[in-house]
Amino acid sequence: MRLDERQRAYWHRNLRLTAWLLGLWFFVSFVISFFARELEHILFLGMPLGFYMGAQGAPLTYLLIIWWYARRMNALDLDYGVADAEGED
Amino acid sequence: MADYTVRLRRYYTSYTVAFFAFVLMLAVLERYGMPPRWIGYSFLLLTIFLYATIGVLARTTSVAEYYVAGRRVPAVFNGMATGADWMSSASFMGLAGTLYLSGHQGLAYVMGWTGGYVLVALLLAPYLRRFGQYTIPDFLAARYGGNPARVVGVLATILASFVYVVAQIYAVGLITSRFVGLQFEIGVFVGLAGILVCSFLGGMRAVTWTQVAQYAILMVAYLVPVTILSHQVTGLPLAQLTYGGVLQQVQALEERIFVDAGEIEARRLFRERADAYHDRILSLPESLAEERRELAARINALKNDNAQMREIVALERERRELPRTSEDARNYWEAHMRQAAQRGVDPDHHMTAYPSGGESVNEVARANFLTLVFCLMIGTAALPHVLTRYYTTPGVREARLSVFWSLLFILVLYLTAPAYAAFVKHEIYSHLVGSPIAQLPLWVSSWGKIGMVSIEDINGDGIVQLAELVLNPDVILLAMPEIAGLPYVISGLVAAGALAAALSTADGLLLTIASALSHDLYYKVFRPQATTQWRLVVSKSLLLVVAVLAATVASQKPATILFMVAWAFSLAGSALFPALIVGVFWKRATRAGAVSGMLVGLLVTLYYLVRVQFDSIPWLHIQGIGMEPWLGIQSTSAGVWGVAAGFATIVVVSLLDKPPSRETQDFVESVRYPEFDR
Repeated sequence: MRLDERQRAYWHRNLRLTAWLLGLWFFVSFVISFFARELEHILFLGMPLGFYMGAQGAPLTYLLIIWWYARRMNALDLDYGVADAEGED
Repeated sequence: MADYTVRLRRYYTSYTVAFFAFVLMLAVLERYGMPPRWIGYSFLLLTIFLYATIGVLARTTSVAEYYVAGRRVPAVFNGMATGADWMSSASFMGLAGTLYLSGHQGLAYVMGWTGGYVLVALLLAPYLRRFGQYTIPDFLAARYGGNPARVVGVLATILASFVYVVAQIYAVGLITSRFVGLQFEIGVFVGLAGILVCSFLGGMRAVTWTQVAQYAILMVAYLVPVTILSHQVTGLPLAQLTYGGVLQQVQALEERIFVDAGEIEARRLFRERADAYHDRILSLPESLAEERRELAARINALKNDNAQMREIVALERERRELPRTSEDARNYWEAHMRQAAQRGVDPDHHMTAYPSGGESVNEVARANFLTLVFCLMIGTAALPHVLTRYYTTPGVREARLSVFWSLLFILVLYLTAPAYAAFVKHEIYSHLVGSPIAQLPLWVSSWGKIGMVSIEDINGDGIVQLAELVLNPDVILLAMPEIAGLPYVISGLVAAGALAAALSTADGLLLTIASALSHDLYYKVFRPQATTQWRLVVSKSLLLVVAVLAATVASQKPATILFMVAWAFSLAGSALFPALIVGVFWKRATRAGAVSGMLVGLLVTLYYLVRVQFDSIPWLHIQGIGMEPWLGIQSTSAGVWGVAAGFATIVVVSLLDKPPSRETQDFVESVRYPEFDR
């Protein structure tokens, strides 16, 4: 398989998007949880912020990350004219 | 395609409406005096009958239909099926209970089980769909050239899925034994029949469409009770938004209860009891003989006193259960000592992160929290029964969207679970704790009968103290309608939902195990010339064998559900995740690297898990293998070592090896780069 410029550019943009979103994922999952005790005094919906992030904030962020990725990548596929027609096998 | 989706939507909408009508009808019948047992029966029978009908209607003899549902499941429905497949009895029953018992610490499960989907969406689903075969070992074989990688992949798939499926069948036994009054062991095999009717005839196709049906039931069952309770307690039916306020009340209750004189007394007595066991263990074997003499003397005294027969019988049973050898006595008393010590510990506040009793952060609790989140995420992104679902969508674009729908449908449950914990805690702290033991509510005795709830009045004041109450986390959700005094029809609904959660996950898992054995081992490794028809026959027979095996193990009542499930995640994550990720993102990874990495990851996790969790394995006659955990990390997070070891091994061995062939590199490119229209 010989790669052309367009394919390299496509892959590069995919990698950059993935890296950004993974960074966000890491931040809400591990960085915020690590400092949960320090965030105790900030209340949100009646819960300390660390607790809220674990119970609702982080899961909702994950949903947004996945939605954004699907949206961006599917748009990128259209830009590059990827032949991935529906129902192909 | 559009027509097909519209038809599906119409089917499932009318089906959900019919289910609501059925629940309402039962509620009315209950008003007119229908006995609870019949309500339990009607829920379980009707739902199993429904799944069986879909299972039979979707029967198939085509390989593509059997393994990947013909690759034409629309993203939304695939999302729902993945949701049901994903949400096991651990999510449905175990999660609310764990959050109740461990508060903030339990949130690791919420984060881990949702955050894993980010990894699935970004790193795996689109690439697996572009590859487009049938199983996860298929991918490993194609990427790493041939059977060694496939066989190790099969091994890991089976090991992780089997541990997981045992947990599901155990849950089914628990539900049927409580709600239909079957014996636990019989309940396990009844549940097995329910599982088999869905997957036996129609494979993935039948499993997918029953899972969509099961999703609807399990969601309704999960949301209805907590919504009613939220309305009762706060006046607003949106439990996810109101439970913060309830937690504030719980915090106030905790501050009062924790320092109550009776509580402090009860905790002190439990600690003293633990110390007494400790002394007894130290003075073995004399203490055992003395204990026996003392019990005999007490029984005689009672008999001479013409005491109640019941008391004598209880003491005699205690004497019978006394261990025979001093080795047994040590284990027996150590278990009792740990239990008593645990009840004597000062309780922690629900919302405090990493509590240490003082101002400082409990470092071990924090390390366990973070590693558990990590292991559950990695495991999510490596469990074959979830990943194969993304082979069933019509294309890469639908696969990406389908992950979004999956997580959306799953979140409905995960965002509600902490609310359950909050409301149940509020109920128990404000109504049960402090009430007289002579007037215990009915649910305590009905769940106490199967050993899930117990109250021991250790300080003899006739009042329930928090320290005197022991609740098994697996029943908090099932008992919740009774705890809150809701009508029995709600209990039946919850049981039906829990059953749907356990059955749907068990279906997906059994199918994955059977496919790994029939497709990957039998067809790809041993008999590539086997006919299509024969492959399906083999797959269906293996499904039966594995199912019976899992039920047999489950009837031995192993550890609690959540523990077993966490192990499955660690095993799958450490064996499969590194090889899958590296397979897409690092061309230089070689066969030797991947195979050794998978084996090392799996073995490290197994080694750690077994040695930290078990001190002896009776059926292998191994004893004294227990060890101190490294850095205090519990066995549920064993995967953290396995994943690290797996990645390191793949990198080192691959770099020592010569680079992979042109063919393999072409394969990686074909997975990464789509074909462009020129």
